[in-house]
Amino acid sequence: MLPFIFLLPLIQTLILVYAASFDMKEIRLLIIDKDQSTESRNLQQKFIASPFFVTEIRHEASNAQDVIISGEKHAILYIPKDFEKSQKRQESTELQLLIDAVNQQAAGLINAYTNNILRDYSGNLKLEQGLISEKNLSPINVQKRYWYNSSLNYKHFMLPGILVILVTIIGTFLTALNIVREREIGTMEQINVTPIKKWQFMLGKLTPFLIIALFDLSLGLLVGVILFQLPIVGSLVSLFVFALVYLIAAVAMGLLIANEAKTQQQVMFTVFFFFVLFVLMSGIFTPVESMPQWAQAFNHLNPLYYFMRAIRMILLKGSDLGDVVPELISLGILGTVMFGVAVFRYRKLS
Amino acid sequence: MSEIRIENISKNYGKVQAVKNVSFSVKSGELFGLIGPDGAGKSSLIRIITSLLLPDSGNIQLGEYDVVKDYKIIRRLIGYMPGKFSLYQDLTVKENLEFFATVFGSSIEENYDLIKDIYHQIEPFKNRRAGKLSGGMKQKLALSCALIHKPEFLILDEPTTGVDAVSRAEFWDMLDRLKSKGISILASTPYMDEAMRCDRIALMQKGEILGTNKPSEISKMIQHDMFGVRADDMYKLKQFLSKCIDVDAVNLFGQEIHISLKTGINETSIREKLALQGFSNLEFRQIEAEIEDVFIHLMTRQAKEVKNDQ
Repeated sequence: MLPFIFLLPLIQTLILVYAASFDMKEIRLLIIDKDQSTESRNLQQKFIASPFFVTEIRHEASNAQDVIISGEKHAILYIPKDFEKSQKRQESTELQLLIDAVNQQAAGLINAYTNNILRDYSGNLKLEQGLISEKNLSPINVQKRYWYNSSLNYKHFMLPGILVILVTIIGTFLTALNIVREREIGTMEQINVTPIKKWQFMLGKLTPFLIIALFDLSLGLLVGVILFQLPIVGSLVSLFVFALVYLIAAVAMGLLIANEAKTQQQVMFTVFFFFVLFVLMSGIFTPVESMPQWAQAFNHLNPLYYFMRAIRMILLKGSDLGDVVPELISLGILGTVMFGVAVFRYRKLS
Repeated sequence: MSEIRIENISKNYGKVQAVKNVSFSVKSGELFGLIGPDGAGKSSLIRIITSLLLPDSGNIQLGEYDVVKDYKIIRRLIGYMPGKFSLYQDLTVKENLEFFATVFGSSIEENYDLIKDIYHQIEPFKNRRAGKLSGGMKQKLALSCALIHKPEFLILDEPTTGVDAVSRAEFWDMLDRLKSKGISILASTPYMDEAMRCDRIALMQKGEILGTNKPSEISKMIQHDMFGVRADDMYKLKQFLSKCIDVDAVNLFGQEIHISLKTGINETSIREKLALQGFSNLEFRQIEAEIEDVFIHLMTRQAKEVKNDQ
């Protein structure tokens, strides 16, 4: 068991950080060029040069939709006849873009990438035709700078989130499984007839998992720094203090579930239910601020939400404990209440 | 005063009545056997006595303490060995013993005298994991752990189930020695032969106590005479006896069929009836009732009473 507890998180970090990425690369694009002019070839070149697209050129439109239906291509860009001619006449031109939107998020990205290239192309076009000077290429020139994650590195955003999931699995899942297993194999019955106090028993149960989880968190951070150049801007002390408070809540959640479940099967099902709910609502992929009001209200009861927020603030933004005090207090209250209820609900009876 | 007094205990699981109005007492320093088949309600009763299960009604006193009210004190006073092996399989023999000693705020050294005889036999394996022990050794370890805090009461739920015949005999020898040290012992078992090792026994069936007595006196609980019958065609013989209105209880016992006769029926009449059936090599003799006979007899009576009630 022990090697699993240490090895699996490592593997999970490695796989998930790479896999759970929103960056779209290798968008398979089909360009149907009915014009076959210099201008249309210029436009093709833009797409071919882009690192995001894998481009194929055809001149016939027949059965073009099939490539999207079969999933062979993500998108089709249709360049009509007279593309060059109408440009020369300085008339407006219409291109058609077909996108496979089964995954709406990916479709949005394909649209954005394509539009970027087209805007760039038409800007250059106007410049070449002398319609505008370089200075007025765009009436408003925005100078962008992304704070806290200047290269918009998706891995730096995902890794802390995955670490949260990791310590939750150990804190909640393993604790609950461990206690119910004792009930299943009968050791619980032997323990129950001893004068051991409820809180002593529970403290004994949760301490090892607390330590293992903190160890795994350190391991995950180390992997993040070495393999993904994860910036640790804030203080590690702040992070570990917060993690400790979080883990008490996570373990208490495990104890609560273990109190109600009779078999390991029931534990797995219950943990899975709460886990999926809490993880998806915690803001791991999508910003909590864009969730509906009721969901945001619900998140006050979601321990993962607080830690998800705090770990990113501390690691990426450099917040210290002072900046996450509201989260820390809420989490502390949540953890204390859950632990109290768990101890109260636990009965030394069979 | 290490007496266990059980008064009118009942426990239901939903509609199933596991324990029905059970009363008996275990005297100080007595080895008491709770005998009954699987599902008789022995384990439920034992869990109630050990404070692990709350009874629906009735009360139990261990010495001067009430099982429900004073459960915290009770748990210090009892040594409990559950029916299933319940020690930590991944701890070694010694670690298990140390753990349970520590939980009771004691140490192995402090009460070594009490467990010496038993622990001595498994000490060569003290660094072996409990899960890797044989059935007999597991049982000895469990008994050691139950005794490590020097309990006044020892309560054992089917301690010999799944253990070989030699180990079973040894185990009851150990219980005898513990009894001589003044510990009151209550043990449940489905094996009739083990009943003979107890000072007194209670027969339990379908949640009820059918009778309580010394094993030697138990045969007197049947007022009727018992007979052993055998013939070449045992199957036909049993069928006939089961249907015969003169016969009260029928029990296939080894090579013989044990029967008891209804009140007012004498031996001659049943002999005549059997003779008429023409069984070959028929043998018929009067016998002394054994515990199993008593048990079957009482069970049959219980079943008939239930029928009459309905």
